[in-house]
Amino acid sequence: MECKCFDPQWPADELLMKTVAIVMTTAKVFTAAVSCITALMLVHIIPDLLSVKTRELFLKNKAAELDREMGLIRTQEETGRHVRMLTHEIRSTLDRHTILKTTLIELGRTLTLEECALWMPRRTGLELQLSYSLRQQNPVGYTVPIHLLVINQVFGTSRAVKISPNSPVARLRPLAGKYIPGEVVAIRVPLLHLSNFRINDWPELSTKRYALMVLMLPSDSASQWHVHELELIAVVANQVAVALSHAAILEESMRARDLLMEQNVALDLATREAETAIRARNDFLAVMNHEMRTPMHATIALSALLQETELTPEQRLMVETIMKSSNLLATLINDVLDLSRLEDGSLQLDIGSFNLRSVLNEVMCLIKPAASVKKLHVVLNLTEDLPEHAVGDEKRLMQIILNVVGNGVKFSMEGSILVIASVAKAEFLRDTRSPEFFTVRGDNDFYLRVQVKDSGSGISPQDIPKLFTKFAQNQSLTLKSTGGSGLGLAICKRFVNLMDGHIWIESEGQSAANRVQNSFPGLKVLLVDDNSVSRAVTRGLLLHLGCEVTTVSSREECLHVVSQDHRVVIMEVCVSGVDSYDIAVQIHGRFTKLHERPLIVALTRNTDKLTKENCMRVGMDGVIVKPVSIDKMRTVLSDLLEHRVLF
Amino acid sequence: MDALQLRRQLIEYTAELFSEGFLDEQFTQLQQLQDENNPDFVVEVVSLFFQDSERLLNELAKSLSQQEIDFKKMDAHVHQLKGSSSSVGAHRVQRSCISFRDFCNAKNVEGCLECLQKMKHEYSLVKDKLETFFDLEQQLSTTGGSPPPP
Repeated sequence: MECKCFDPQWPADELLMKTVAIVMTTAKVFTAAVSCITALMLVHIIPDLLSVKTRELFLKNKAAELDREMGLIRTQEETGRHVRMLTHEIRSTLDRHTILKTTLIELGRTLTLEECALWMPRRTGLELQLSYSLRQQNPVGYTVPIHLLVINQVFGTSRAVKISPNSPVARLRPLAGKYIPGEVVAIRVPLLHLSNFRINDWPELSTKRYALMVLMLPSDSASQWHVHELELIAVVANQVAVALSHAAILEESMRARDLLMEQNVALDLATREAETAIRARNDFLAVMNHEMRTPMHATIALSALLQETELTPEQRLMVETIMKSSNLLATLINDVLDLSRLEDGSLQLDIGSFNLRSVLNEVMCLIKPAASVKKLHVVLNLTEDLPEHAVGDEKRLMQIILNVVGNGVKFSMEGSILVIASVAKAEFLRDTRSPEFFTVRGDNDFYLRVQVKDSGSGISPQDIPKLFTKFAQNQSLTLKSTGGSGLGLAICKRFVNLMDGHIWIESEGQSAANRVQNSFPGLKVLLVDDNSVSRAVTRGLLLHLGCEVTTVSSREECLHVVSQDHRVVIMEVCVSGVDSYDIAVQIHGRFTKLHERPLIVALTRNTDKLTKENCMRVGMDGVIVKPVSIDKMRTVLSDLLEHRVLF
Repeated sequence: MDALQLRRQLIEYTAELFSEGFLDEQFTQLQQLQDENNPDFVVEVVSLFFQDSERLLNELAKSLSQQEIDFKKMDAHVHQLKGSSSSVGAHRVQRSCISFRDFCNAKNVEGCLECLQKMKHEYSLVKDKLETFFDLEQQLSTTGGSPPPP
């Protein structure tokens, strides 16, 4: 057979084998290449893999942690919510019991407690008594002494303290054998007192009284106290303390309010009673007024008419006496009515503008006839600074002056009456001896000073206080004259007081001459003054009071002469005053023992505080402001000798 | 004149002295200090006052005539005079001393001179008045009348 196919060079099975060999070589080469590449790549892949794995682990951990934290936050938030709610509950009431009960209930719920109790200190402060408890409705009788170690421990810190379940405060019910008691925590609750809340002060941290709050976890539960729970308890305890003090304050104020209400009721009653009494008195007076005046006026009028008729001398005398008596009686009735109106304050002054000078002149005119009958001379003196017009109660002013001048005329047998009207100067006002006389001056006000000087027989010092008292008569005076209802001066005094003024009498006693007043017999006084005239005057003043006076005119002389014998050293202090202050210092230095040292008094015209302070600083015992009257010096010396100090 | 009339005259004269401001309360105080132990107290003190014032007024005149005026010394003098006059109750003299002091503090020589003249005038006035007063008192006591209370 011939075939056009060509003769292969090689035989068929050789060709097959060769193809297989080529394929296999190629495959091997590829495999080798791949392995090579894989091996090369593996070097890179393994670290990457490792790092991926690590990251995975890390992320897992982180996730777990976050979960935990979330859990914690949620719990805290819940706790916080509980606290807020608790606080809200506590603060929403001002009733103490509700506050405490609510606290215990809410705490029990929030923290799932088995028991929660509050121990309050007893009044004696030596024991704690179980006052509130969650499980027991009315806890009674449980007390523990306050000075237990565990209690002191708890009271010593503001945080919650874990205590043993076997301590007396935690043993609230009989222990049954198989129960393992749960953990117990105690905390102090400060009881703030009212006095702790001072303005601008924070309550003191060392408050003495605490209550004890005990919280017990359920037994047999193996649950534990967490930190955030302990913090919660501390916060609550504080809130409770504040709420309790608010409640206490409220109780106090309610008690005070009740007391006030009672007092108001009592006062109302008293006012009404007083008003009734006044009204009754006024009614009586009004009736009496009318009832008494009518027959009085009738008597007077008819007596006057009778006088106009034909009468025998005896009859005339009798009628005149009737007239005089009736007039007196009428005056007395008027006076009594006036006085009672004055006393209850219902009398009001008729204020108006009037001519001051003419009022005074009119008084003179009215009094002159009576005076000339007794051959008395009456002189009116108006100082130049007296204003022409004034605003006040003209009628009553005239009444007062007339009354006083009239008294002068009545009780003088011979001589003259001098009336001086002037504007009272400031020094005079300061010097008036009466402590009740307070001068109140507006810019346009002035004090009218009226002096009525008579040459009468005088009034003895013991009678003077009675002069202005109604109805009190002086024995000696009634013998002499027929006048004097005993009310005149009393009314004058009331009127004067109503006008914010002062009325008094100065009498030299039974004789017209000045008497030596032996107020301080033998009192040794050393007087220091460099002005010869004022020295002589002060010396005269002291001699008049009965003192034994030594005078010196300079600092050197003073220090030379002063001794233990001198009880008082009076020194004139002028503006510079350096010398005088120095004398005081020297005297203090020389006489160190208190009873040996003479009392040192400064005499000065200065009224300013600085002078007074300087005197005090150098150790002086008092300051007298010039001008000095006899009475002022007497008062000063007696105060000084009694109290050893004048300031 | 009889005692009663003299007495009346004295009272009126005294009242006049007060109302015209020559004397003030302090003079009354002086009168009250006169007693059986000290029967001439007022006259004595007033004489002292006259002596002292004349001396001080001369000193002031001298100071003002100097070339270099010592204001401090003048102030001290017028302070003394003020003290004396207020101690006896010579009211107008005292007031003029206060004015003088103001001029002195302001170192106003013209003012001081003028004021000094015024002071001298017031002083001589009150001296006259007081001398008349004492005269009347003297007359009253010689006629046996009792002195009016101060």
